[in-house]
Amino acid sequence: MNTRIETASRAPAPVASRIGPKHVLGLFLVLLAAAPLVLPDFYVTLLNYIGLSALVALGLVLLTGVGGLTSFGQAAFVGLGAYTTAWLTTSQELPGWLAFIGGSPWLALIAGLVLTALVAIILGSVTLKLSGHFLPLGTMAWGISLYFLFGNMEFLGGHGGLSGIPALKLFGFELIENRHYYYLVWAFVLLGLFTTRNLLDSREGRAIRALKGGMVMAEAMGVDTSRARMVIFVIAALQACAAGWLYAHLQRFVNPTPFGLHIGIEYLFMAVVGGAGQVWGALVGAGVITVLKQWLQDFLPKVFGSAGNFEVIVFGVMMVIVLQRARDGLWPLLAKMVPVREAPRVIDASAQPLDKKPQPPMGEMILEAKNVTRKFGGLVANNNMSLSVKAGEILALIGPNGAGKSTMFNQLSGVDTPTSGEVLFRGKPVAGHQSREIAGLGMSRTFQHVRLLPKMTVLENVAIGAHLRGSKGVLPAAWRLDRVEEARLMREAAIQVERVGLGEFMHSEAGSLALGQQRILEIARALCSDPCLLLLDEPAAGLRFKEKQALTELLRRLKSEGMAVLIVEHDMDFVMSLVDRVVVMEFGEKIAEGLPEEIQKDPAVLEAYLGGV
Amino acid sequence: MDAEIIAMLGQDGVTNGAIYALLALALVLVFAVTRVIFIPQGEFLAWGALTMAALEGGHLPTTVWLLAGLGVLALGVDLFSATGRRTIGRSVLWNLAYPLALAGLLWVLPLAELSTWARVIVTLAIVVPMGPMLYRVAFQPVAEAPVLVLLIISVAVHLAMVGFGLLAFGPEGSRTTPFSEAQLELGTLMVGGHTLVVILASLVLIVGLYLFFDRTLYGKALRATAINRNGARLMGISPALAGRLTFFLAAVIGVLSGVLVAPLTTIYYDSGFLIGLKGFVAAIIGGLASYPLAAAGAILVGLLESFSSFWASAFKDVIVFTLIIPVLMWRSLTSHHVEEEE
Repeated sequence: MNTRIETASRAPAPVASRIGPKHVLGLFLVLLAAAPLVLPDFYVTLLNYIGLSALVALGLVLLTGVGGLTSFGQAAFVGLGAYTTAWLTTSQELPGWLAFIGGSPWLALIAGLVLTALVAIILGSVTLKLSGHFLPLGTMAWGISLYFLFGNMEFLGGHGGLSGIPALKLFGFELIENRHYYYLVWAFVLLGLFTTRNLLDSREGRAIRALKGGMVMAEAMGVDTSRARMVIFVIAALQACAAGWLYAHLQRFVNPTPFGLHIGIEYLFMAVVGGAGQVWGALVGAGVITVLKQWLQDFLPKVFGSAGNFEVIVFGVMMVIVLQRARDGLWPLLAKMVPVREAPRVIDASAQPLDKKPQPPMGEMILEAKNVTRKFGGLVANNNMSLSVKAGEILALIGPNGAGKSTMFNQLSGVDTPTSGEVLFRGKPVAGHQSREIAGLGMSRTFQHVRLLPKMTVLENVAIGAHLRGSKGVLPAAWRLDRVEEARLMREAAIQVERVGLGEFMHSEAGSLALGQQRILEIARALCSDPCLLLLDEPAAGLRFKEKQALTELLRRLKSEGMAVLIVEHDMDFVMSLVDRVVVMEFGEKIAEGLPEEIQKDPAVLEAYLGGV
Repeated sequence: MDAEIIAMLGQDGVTNGAIYALLALALVLVFAVTRVIFIPQGEFLAWGALTMAALEGGHLPTTVWLLAGLGVLALGVDLFSATGRRTIGRSVLWNLAYPLALAGLLWVLPLAELSTWARVIVTLAIVVPMGPMLYRVAFQPVAEAPVLVLLIISVAVHLAMVGFGLLAFGPEGSRTTPFSEAQLELGTLMVGGHTLVVILASLVLIVGLYLFFDRTLYGKALRATAINRNGARLMGISPALAGRLTFFLAAVIGVLSGVLVAPLTTIYYDSGFLIGLKGFVAAIIGGLASYPLAAAGAILVGLLESFSSFWASAFKDVIVFTLIIPVLMWRSLTSHHVEEEE
């Protein structure tokens, strides 16, 4: 309903909505191209520095705003890029194996990028697996280390730095003037901007967007979240490195000062002030902070009567206020002023369907848990639990609150590891395996506490389920070479959304759905992975009568197609009318197993539910 | 290198390590209770040391004006989110009346003639109240925010404090006179009296903290908050109070370590950060959770620093901060399943 109302109310305001994103973008590009032709030299230089900062901040938008990781050490990566090219293009005593680079800035750029990628991979493999706050602390530490290294290495000129860096040549044309260099800087920025934007709107991009608040879900859908974190960490580092390279050839001189920790903090501020969730936020943030810094450095010493970097006071206070009052930064506020109409995503119905795994024959044993025990210290959450599900069968796992049903689900799906016991999925032992591995084998699940990405559309959320059915990686996504596969994924996701009856909400934000509908969305997402076993954790909770009927209908149809379903549910009418067999748990143990009719008469079950009759 | 040098370096390392241990304890405490990674811990150290130096020089420490300014801010925030007349009254008392009374008192006191102990007390009286005020102004309004947001705020506060520090103290560094000029002879080793003061004071503080957390109601309330904030709140422990109390303790520890470190090395307005970060390396060794491991880590950091300053003094900070990498690697190898960030 929401979407309909919105489209209806939008219709009478055609003036505002006629501005498409393309118009705004076109205007921006024209202004950008014209700027150095009309602006005085001072402002062109300022724009050059804004561009350099924006390139670094862009990486942080990806890392912090989208991926939920934070680095205070980006300035060190900038330094890595700058010093690599400075040394390679000025040193007279390059070792033999590097001699071929000598003097060529473009080869030095490649060398810098390779070196940065290596450093980032090493640092990332150490810190990225740890919970969130260790990474920023780690980045602070190596930000300082690299800074001191730059200042203390003889061959890098110590604190004095390196000078005499050659100017860049492009097709024989020397980029000496700021006005000319401007175009190179902004070409890099735009390149970074568009590749980042493309990446975020792709299979890998959805996985990256799931890192912030959706890691458990993403793993259950087959996303390798450690790899995704590494990817954005390396991308952010490479963008910083490129900015450093540009900086070195713009200044023609490097020393350690601009690569210290405080500058790294400033880059993070840019991303946060601009709006860390949006690629354009990087531009806004870089612009605001760079201009403000310039102005404050002139203005504040007059106020305080002495020299010193007093702008940090203003920056610090400003950051606290931004984070307390407008955590999404300035970009959303700016974007509101220009009402841009976003066209809804077009789903290509003619895209080739995704390949399906052959479904196992009816009656084949799909899941077998044998004597699974899970202890948390002294608490035995699951004790000696055994159950099995066949293809084309719906098994219910019921029991009073706190009986250990969800813990059992976590043991089966690899979210947790059993203390002892065995879980066989299609004959393969899977206990203790990563949940994404298990997902790859054809098990898919929903969560008791809904886990979806509220800011993404229903369609995109469902498409995460199809993660393992696509293969295009980061580079094809950045260069839009993944569109054929993307269309196929989107078609599949759309089919599943329609199938569970959420068609009218296809392009709504998932967070705007009612809780019951969010649960249904999770089923669509699970189906999108082409599973042969569905684990549903309380799918009917919060559903209205009609919706429950539709869900029963859907599950029956899936069953007739040979799907095995394991369902945890409290709604007994729903369970008893739907399932083939029931397993009852209490205090972590199985107390009964059988047909629904038998279970309803079982004295032990009645005792557990009603407390002895 | 002979035994004498080793003993010297070891003594140096342990002394510095004791300071890092104090900082590390404060960092672990603040993180556990409020989830704030308290980067400005080092600023409290620097402000404590420089306030002490100003008193020693016999002039009015500028930090008292910073205290008054921060008090006005805190009062403003309290007024803005006022709940009752009683809270406002208390807020006026602590945030406005106290700093002004203190400034008045310092105006009449003969600062140049104060004894060392009186100077320490005055320093504590000026700088420590800024801890709870800072919590009120910067962190309490966003107490429920994710760790990452709190961390960025923490860094922002650090930057602002460094700027204010420069404004208040100027770019020149200061060094205060040691608490004790005595030299003790232990065999061939000469032990400075101040070294013993540092180590003793650290031990006393650590034991004091232990008793506070183990024996007092407020200490237990803080521990409860650290373990489960919602549960503690349901038991009537105010998270705001817990936060302010924690920042109070962190400020006490920070200022005392500043007072202790000031005779050992020249402190500048921005020295706190690096010293604080070394406390962080120690705290990370303890996983930001274990007090004994953090203290052990601090001694390790102190020793590593003093020995590397002997062999490769230019690289001493590189070596200390690179220590964090193997530590993190070890931590990362011992953690398994994917978990949701808070």
